[in-house]
Amino acid sequence: MSDKSASAYWAANIRLITICLVIWALVSFGFGILLRPLLAGITFGGTDLGFWFAQQGSILTFIVLIFFYAARMNSIDRDFGVDE
Amino acid sequence: MDQFTLNLIVVGLSFALYIGIAIWARAGSTSEFYAANRGVHPVLNGMATAADWMSAASFISMAGIIAFVGYDNSTYLMGWTGGYVLLALLLAPYLRKFGRFTVPDFIGDRFYSQTARIVAVIALLVISITYVIGQMSGAGVAFSRFLEVQSSTGLWIASAIVFCYAVLGGMKGITYTQVAQYCVLIVAYTIPAIFISLQLTGNFLPQIGLFSNDTTGVPLLAHLDGLLTDLGFRTYTEHHQSTLDMVLFTLSLMIGTAGLPHVIIRFFTVPKVSDARASAGWALVFIALLYTVAPAVGAMARLNIITSIYPNGLDQPSLAYDARPDWMHNWENTGLLAFDDKNGDGMIQYYNDANAPAIAAEAGWAGNEMVTFNRDILVLANPEIAGLPGWVIALIAAGGLAAALSTAAGLLLAISSAISHDLIKSVFNPNISEKGEMLAARVSMGVAILVATILGLNPPGFAAQVVAIAFGLAAASLFPTIMMGIFSKKMNSTGAVAGMLVGLGVEMVYIFTYVGWFFIPGTNMLGNTPDNWLFGISPASFGSVAAVLNFAVAYVVLGMTKPAPQEIQDLVESIRVPRGAGVARAH
Repeated sequence: MSDKSASAYWAANIRLITICLVIWALVSFGFGILLRPLLAGITFGGTDLGFWFAQQGSILTFIVLIFFYAARMNSIDRDFGVDE
Repeated sequence: MDQFTLNLIVVGLSFALYIGIAIWARAGSTSEFYAANRGVHPVLNGMATAADWMSAASFISMAGIIAFVGYDNSTYLMGWTGGYVLLALLLAPYLRKFGRFTVPDFIGDRFYSQTARIVAVIALLVISITYVIGQMSGAGVAFSRFLEVQSSTGLWIASAIVFCYAVLGGMKGITYTQVAQYCVLIVAYTIPAIFISLQLTGNFLPQIGLFSNDTTGVPLLAHLDGLLTDLGFRTYTEHHQSTLDMVLFTLSLMIGTAGLPHVIIRFFTVPKVSDARASAGWALVFIALLYTVAPAVGAMARLNIITSIYPNGLDQPSLAYDARPDWMHNWENTGLLAFDDKNGDGMIQYYNDANAPAIAAEAGWAGNEMVTFNRDILVLANPEIAGLPGWVIALIAAGGLAAALSTAAGLLLAISSAISHDLIKSVFNPNISEKGEMLAARVSMGVAILVATILGLNPPGFAAQVVAIAFGLAAASLFPTIMMGIFSKKMNSTGAVAGMLVGLGVEMVYIFTYVGWFFIPGTNMLGNTPDNWLFGISPASFGSVAAVLNFAVAYVVLGMTKPAPQEIQDLVESIRVPRGAGVARAH
């Protein structure tokens, strides 16, 4: 693999990681803790949406994020011809 | 058949299963011993990782900790799952491509330095031994309750069982044993939760039941909040504690998860780089089965406890002590649950007497009478509280032991490979035979079990506290160094070693200041309370701060020294690309 495509491959990976980590932080530190007051208006099962994110939503989002990353990386690997 | 015999049979059968699998899969070569020949399917590997990961702290302790605090302890749920995202995105695929057996192998080779390797071994030993002390004492407590023996006897039985399958089986034994353990522990955890959710909300999924209306027609959480407020407690769903500590604690648990050597080691056992990514996802699926049920277990148990003490509402006479249910009677015998009839009315009152509600004066209450309720009994007592059959109670005993023992075994493997492989073979005696290396691994496992058992007899605190401390240490030392090894091509050995030493050192000093030097009780210099903590940051949360220091010191030192040599930068280039991940090479 040439240096140019190696750096393009890595840049694509870093971009994907960044997007995933922004979502990762948003659902846990964001909706679950710091932004919870903003979600206080949205009632949910006797409490608010922030509580649901802290105890359920963040965990479910984490699972989706990992499989999304794995699937996207597999296709990026194929595009750059570096798959196994 | 009485409960004791039933416990013995169910726990005995589950152990026979684990030991049988360990013997069936007895490891032959060193490669098999450490990494199970890389023949483990990602789904099975995910299940084994889940069992390895979920310890006594997750199974026995966590729901109880959430039950008595509520929303503020959501940190455990987010922290102990969010780390898998970091593992899958930042570490696992690259470490698998690198193709060595252990974490110190990676650090030693990437930073082309025996010093870096030795510092990594020290960090690994400090983390793993801290963690395993908590597991062994947790296993000891569970054994002593269900086999009705002294806690020290329970601990020695636990250490004998762990010794058998960890030493005989190696990784392969442990991988398949842990798949079996996962099945036992998840069934044991979810069956009582499903029954209780059905009883309280009519919904069989606890994750949905938690947000449903209960039998009184109001949302379960609103009902719980109302009762707690009337009894003078803090509400369950609102935010009460320091936001800064909450954020740092969650972050510490997350990056600690990604830095735990016994978890990272699992991703060396999958066949391909793409499998390493998916494996972390499967592990989290199996972990989430327990972690999404745990908050429901906590809230429902808290509600059940209150309604069993005030069966006819708060304004009616409370539960008469003589008429208390069997579970209270059973757990009083352990000393972990205790009542004191302060006003001599023969009835139990449970409320917050530090913030006495109006109702207390009217009814003539003279203080909270449920004087002891150890949080760790909540999950184990849960089936009894809900009046479930004896076999479910026995099953939860087997599940709790599976959680504690599987984690202890995984940690012992990480400890033994660090000593036999990373220290003896890589540093002191490169010519050691394969047989000699296996022997050293098994001897160090035996010694580690002995040390952990002796320290577990007088643990440095509550099991969950010890476990959280291990996370702080992993966050401060290994995670930043591994991450820089992959994401910073120029990072050199001096920077990495300086960063690790500062991160690990600062975190250890901060912990020892509040918990006691080398965990010896009474040697702490300050009381372990929020008033004494620096900026209100607890010792476990401080792992995040120490991790930042680790990164900062490494980059400052890098700026003053020469970057890593070209061949190392080429090596980093190659681990970033999946193609060519062959079998692992022995060092």
